[in-house]
Amino acid sequence: MTGFRKTGCGRIAEAQVIHFTFDGKKYEGRKGDTLASALLANGVHLMGRSFKYHRPRGVMGAGSEEANALVTFDRGPGRVTPNVRATTLELFDGLVARSQNNWPNLKFDFGAINDVFSMMFPAGFYNKTFMWPKSFWDKVYEPVIRKLAGLGPAPTAADVDHYANIYRHCDVLVAGAGPAGIAAALAASETGNRVIVADEQNELGGSLLCTPGTIIDGQPAWQWLKESIEILKSRQNVTLLPRTTVIGYYHDNYLGLVERLTDHEKNLNPDKPRERMHRVRAGKVILATGSIERPLVFAGNDRPGVMLASAAQIYLNRYGVAVGNNVAVFTSHDSAYEVAFDLSDAGVNVASIIDVRPTVSEVLLEQARKRAITVQSRAVVCRTQGRLKITGVHIAQMQDQNIITRPTHIACDCLLMAGGWTPSVHLFSHSKGSLKWHDDIGASVPDLPNENAVSVGACNGTFGLTAGLDEGAIAGGGQGKFSTSATEFGRGQTWQALPTDRDPSKIKAFVDFQNDVTEKDINLAIREGFKSIEHVKRYTTTGMATDQGKTSNLNAVQIASKAIQAPVQQVGLTTFRPPYTPTSFGALVGYRAGDMFEVTRKTSIDGWAEENGAVFEPVSLWRRARYFPQGGEDMHAAVTRECEATRKGVGIFDASTLGKIEIVGPDAAKFMNLMYTNPWTMLAAGRCRYGLMLGEDGYIMDDGVIGRLADDRFHVTTTTGGAPRVLRMMEDYLQTEWPELDVWLTSTTEQWAVIALNGPHARKLLEPLVDGIELSPESFPHMAVREGTILGVETRLFRVSFSGELGFEINVPAHYGRDLWEALIKAGEGYGITPYGTETMHVLRAEKGFIIVGQDTDGTITPDDAGMSWAIGKKKLDFVGKRSLDRADIKASGRKQLVGLLTDDPDIVLEEGAHIVATSGQSVPMTMIGHVTSSYWSAALNRSIAMAVIKDGRALTGKSIYIPMPKKTHEAKICSAVFYDPKGERLNVV
Amino acid sequence: MLLIRCPYCEEDRPEVEFSYAGEAHIVRPVDPSLMDDAAWAEYLFVRDNARGRHYERWYHIYGCARFFNAVRDTVSDKFSMTYKMGQPRPTDAEITEANNDGLS
Repeated sequence: MTGFRKTGCGRIAEAQVIHFTFDGKKYEGRKGDTLASALLANGVHLMGRSFKYHRPRGVMGAGSEEANALVTFDRGPGRVTPNVRATTLELFDGLVARSQNNWPNLKFDFGAINDVFSMMFPAGFYNKTFMWPKSFWDKVYEPVIRKLAGLGPAPTAADVDHYANIYRHCDVLVAGAGPAGIAAALAASETGNRVIVADEQNELGGSLLCTPGTIIDGQPAWQWLKESIEILKSRQNVTLLPRTTVIGYYHDNYLGLVERLTDHEKNLNPDKPRERMHRVRAGKVILATGSIERPLVFAGNDRPGVMLASAAQIYLNRYGVAVGNNVAVFTSHDSAYEVAFDLSDAGVNVASIIDVRPTVSEVLLEQARKRAITVQSRAVVCRTQGRLKITGVHIAQMQDQNIITRPTHIACDCLLMAGGWTPSVHLFSHSKGSLKWHDDIGASVPDLPNENAVSVGACNGTFGLTAGLDEGAIAGGGQGKFSTSATEFGRGQTWQALPTDRDPSKIKAFVDFQNDVTEKDINLAIREGFKSIEHVKRYTTTGMATDQGKTSNLNAVQIASKAIQAPVQQVGLTTFRPPYTPTSFGALVGYRAGDMFEVTRKTSIDGWAEENGAVFEPVSLWRRARYFPQGGEDMHAAVTRECEATRKGVGIFDASTLGKIEIVGPDAAKFMNLMYTNPWTMLAAGRCRYGLMLGEDGYIMDDGVIGRLADDRFHVTTTTGGAPRVLRMMEDYLQTEWPELDVWLTSTTEQWAVIALNGPHARKLLEPLVDGIELSPESFPHMAVREGTILGVETRLFRVSFSGELGFEINVPAHYGRDLWEALIKAGEGYGITPYGTETMHVLRAEKGFIIVGQDTDGTITPDDAGMSWAIGKKKLDFVGKRSLDRADIKASGRKQLVGLLTDDPDIVLEEGAHIVATSGQSVPMTMIGHVTSSYWSAALNRSIAMAVIKDGRALTGKSIYIPMPKKTHEAKICSAVFYDPKGERLNVV
Repeated sequence: MLLIRCPYCEEDRPEVEFSYAGEAHIVRPVDPSLMDDAAWAEYLFVRDNARGRHYERWYHIYGCARFFNAVRDTVSDKFSMTYKMGQPRPTDAEITEANNDGLS
């Protein structure tokens, strides 16, 4: 079974035998193998089934461009990764992987029936076929399509690994550590620049890893590489990052790098992150990302055993694995000859070199003759044989794209294809650098950069070792005078689809192997009228697989170009987008998973609420106690109890989340007059006022009680969620429109803990605890603010009420919040003090008709709509939003106005958001005149109450309206929104 | 992620420190009550939405908390320059000079 392992070849240790499992079968591999190289060493080419037709597929490449050999990597629950390329999966002892997209197994796949009926699955098949009946899409078509077509199943268990991220800065980032990248890094780091070198492979070296015979500056390539890496490692200013993919290149030289840390390790250290995202800001970027060999497009080019010639060279020279015993080579480029010679020199029989070009260089022919390899020029593989693996090919002579001879058959167990090279311009293109077409290599290469970036080596279209090394070194600031033994890189031709001797309608020549797109699909798309490559791509799905068309894009463009009969430049190239290779969500998320996903803001009293069984709700980023159930109460029972206790005794509420802004300065009142609708000049120090803030468009933006502490100092409160945008709007006007005003704005939301005491016993409870503030109604009336101490702690004490009861809001420095809360609970025992949450707060305020901005308003409600014209300072010349209130459409009739609703059936609590209509029995679609904004069970009234916005609602007071719900239409009467204590007498209990 | 120069901090800082704040050089009328509805609507709602050179405001919200102005190309996303609030709209010559400085 080691017949394919070649002693004396490759870089991996012969002695280190390890074991792994693929599709339940145990195999032997070597440390240093990838899953693909280890399977090939066991003679296994078949590694997967194709996406659409379920055709058997073998490994095609040897790197991240692999389109066929996608496997599921299984490290146990929570560590299952589908769609891993076998070519990049590093082997460790005990590795378990399995093939995908087949049932019951890889060798006999029921879904392959799709292949037999493939004439039914042309391009655009799904779009054309599953159009009707519409209802079938969700229930029948989509589930069946998803089951039959696709990649590996998504894992069901949550990811148990953790991921890291780091920000980095450097003078030079080198993407790719092939010869050009290494030369660039050596030169760039010599002068002390901070250099980062990233390469997606486990070993740095790129193409040097599979060209051991080359000499660089008098040294064998591997020796030069070893010494170069040692030099780089010895430099403090160099960071080498193997197993690190540059996934995206963004504005201002900002790049994302994903480093894989544990997928190759046998023993998992639970403390070690699986991957680390490096977010790098680089001064200069040197792109040395190399190139990818292109398949040839011919009948049966996807049979297991058909692979890229460059991959065969990598398997032989890096992993010591021969891809076959009897290998045929099909090429349009000189580069395949070197591969054939290497294989031959390693003892592999090269059955034939089939070259589509009319003439081949005499140097190559001489080399072939020396090894007794036959070369057929102007020849084509017109079809292949074999089911689960290739067994032979048919070869014919070709002229002007036509077969001119009867095909001859030769046997082979592997067919290498070499269709030229595609520079990897992905990252350059991410950064919005422009590309230009080069006809001589049949590919696009970088043209004008949009960032401080330079492309070197093969990704720049600079092929050949010496040229690549020199270009790299010069980009790094060096000289670049390398001498190597490498011969000229050679030339090739790029080809469209190649001819076959079979009925073209019966064959398949694949362009995009991963998405099962054939040459016929692309031609069909063009016959059906698609002219832009972006449309052809979306219609046929070519280039849209997880490999993003790394091996297929240029073949697709050239086939399209020929079919449209327009030059490639005119057909265009599809857009490259990050990430370069599929990237785990974990790497993108980094530390921000689980509890770290989003900030949870907690007040200083939150701990007490948690210990006392509070049920919480999120309010913007805060979590707030919603209610405090006792003895198995549900929300309704708890809220009813909390409401009654507050209206009859005293309730205590954590209002710390209220936004707070301190506005200070000689022009503070003038600024307040401009920002709020209300007049502030005459408000005396020590008094409060309800403030209403509009946007410049005249709609309500925020509200809150504002206390004037001194002539030049206001304590502003905002809604819980509105604090940041209110401060931002204030800063905006202050800095940009009225910079002459002498005012400072400071966010104090988190400086103060705020405890609200509401209920008839509130004063009695508070009085003995407060010093320096006289609490009698005469000296501390409703809407007053005083500074003093409570239990020795400085306080700003507000007499305000959001419940309609006698109320106080006690502000103390935040870290005293919980101590004060507990002291009040203790002091209030005799009064039956009851903690309540946001739900009770909402009910109490709704009973009084107090609005919640954002619930009863929606960004299109003016003060008049809300019935709050009283809050507008009539004599004021200007404030933000004032002019808009005079616009004709704001003053027009027909606007929605805030009103109260009482359902005819007092037990019905309407749904918030429910639509309202004027008459019952309308047919759908009904004419909606408004909607319910707030709706609760009122304990005080022993019935339901609601608030709503209704077109011209105030004029309809006393009239019936209807709320159609799925089961029943409810009837309600419009009333005042003040349901409880309309005269406000309860504020004045003594 | 863009790098943005705050003209107050005089440093290039990453985009996450900033918040976009709309088109620049739209001055709130001194006495809005003197404007007719059409002129007021123009001030309130109508913006250039330029393709190419755009004068815009940014807010260094997680930095010095200052608003400032910038000239940015909406196609290339390149900033030509940033400048302090209250400074006049830069001339073509000034923008060209700033672009050249950026390239050197």
